This record gives sequence, structure tokens and C-alpha cells, in this order.
Amino acid sequence: MVLDCKHVWREISNYIEGTVDSKLREAVETHLAHCRHCAAVLDSTRNILVLVGDDRTFELPVGYSDRLHARLSEIMVEEAPGG
Amino acid sequence: MPENPKTAVATGPAGDEANTIARILAGERELFHALIQPYEKCLYFAAFSLLKNQADAEDCVQDAVLKAYRALASFRRESKFSTWLATIVMNVARGRLRHDRVLEFQSIDHEPEEDESFTPAVISDWREVPLEVLERKEVREIIQQAIAGLPEKYREVFVMRDVQELSIAETAEALGITEGLVKVRLLRARLMMQKSLAPRLQTKRSGPFGFLRKEAGASWF
Repeated sequence: MVLDCKHVWREISNYIEGTVDSKLREAVETHLAHCRHCAAVLDSTRNILVLVGDDRTFELPVGYSDRLHARLSEIMVEEAPGG
Repeated sequence: MPENPKTAVATGPAGDEANTIARILAGERELFHALIQPYEKCLYFAAFSLLKNQADAEDCVQDAVLKAYRALASFRRESKFSTWLATIVMNVARGRLRHDRVLEFQSIDHEPEEDESFTPAVISDWREVPLEVLERKEVREIIQQAIAGLPEKYREVFVMRDVQELSIAETAEALGITEGLVKVRLLRARLMMQKSLAPRLQTKRSGPFGFLRKEAGASWF
């Protein structure tokens, strides 16, 4: 199976997920070994996901957790959990 | 000395959570604090990414957590508690977004998936990006803005999978869409993020093709 760049881009997300079958994975890797551009696209996408998933990317507002639990406590005094 | 009810239970593994939920429903209400504690950070990140506003995100999480408390008896063990909570936050956030644009007629769920192909950013190299860059406020803001700039249906999927780190199946369950549609939207969201961020975060110091590649699946960091 020979893939062009567009085909590789279409598979990049599943490739990162590890959900492509072995035949397709091999074809993607063969392409990546010879295509600097697609290799850079893969690496940059993967790196961005690492940055996005890092706890430091988002800051919690000061006092967020305290306010959340305080509001919860107010309700808990008055109400039992329901459903 | 009595244990602090906010820290007295171990949560995380499904068995522990199921036990904790049973105890809460049996009357130990205070344990609900500990039950949600492992998730409160992620819930905020998700709400912030969707609502793009600190105050709205905080209100959204508070409302969602109160809903979860009030509906705890309806939680079914077929779902993970984290997925159930994420679903509630997502629904509250969606409700707020829809409320903010009452004149908009068409539901996003019924928009056709565009068939256009997405072209990633062309970059000649991508050197290692040290996680320390996240200490810089402007880098964090660039990333947050890129997420905020995604169209809503892509942003939802991206936030659940890549910010909250739910699985594809859990994301599909939380959003009420198929796993196939999650994958399609995730691909587009990730390529949009690459296109938006790669040129801005790319380091300029390297020589020709100076980035390092590692095996598929391996972290760079």
C-alpha cells in the first residue's frame, strides 16, 4: 500500500491514537520515513497534544476549589442526594 | 481524631467509587466532596475551554456538580463516574452557549460534516518543545486561544479527548455521537490546532530539518 501525503494526514489522528491496523501503520511509517513534511506534521501534532494535556496549560482561579466545595456544602445541608 | 471526610476515602478505581457512591446515598453525604475532588480540575479546564471565560466556567462547574449530587442515585455503573460527570458539565456548558445565542436556529448537531480536506501547517522543522515553555504566560494564552478558536463541534471533541483525556468511546458517550464521528471531528480539530500552533511554537534555532523523531507513540519529552 502506497500512501500520498493527503492520505497520511487523514490517518494522523488515528495513527497517534494507535487505532490503525498493522498494514496501514506500516504504510504510514514507510511514507514518514521518506517525507520530511509529513514527519514534521506528525511530530508537531503530537507535541501540541502533549502541551495541551499538561496541567500547566490552564490555570485554576484562586479559590476555585474552596468556592466549589462551599457551595456544595450549602446544598448538602439542605438536601440529600437524589435521582 | 476523626478523619477529615474530604480526604477519608480513596477514589479513582471504579470499585472504590461505587462503594463511595453507595455510602453517600446511604447517608454519608460529606463523602461527595472526596468523590468529585479528583475531577474538579479537569472539569474546570473543560468548561473554560468551551465557555472561554473564567467566571462562566466556574459557575458551569458548580452547577454541574450540584446537578450530579442531586442526581447521584440515577448514576448507572455502566458508565465511569468521570464520564458521567464530564457529560453533565458538557450539557451545562452547551446549555449556556445556546442560551447566549438564542437567535441561532440550527443545532450544531445537525450541521453536515464538511467534506473539505484540511491542510496542515507546512513547517520545515520542529525541534523539541520543552514543557517549561508552559511557564510562560504568553505560551499558555496562545494554546488557550487556539482551542477557543476551534468551531464548537470540534472544540467539544478536542476538549473531551485531549484536555480531559477521556477515551474515544467515553467522548462519544458523553456527547451522544458515534465513535466514528468523534474520530472524524478529532482529526479535524487536531489538524486545526497543528495549523494554528505549529508555526507559532516552532523553535527557530535548528538547522535544516533539525528536529528529532522518535518511534511512533513515544513521547518526545
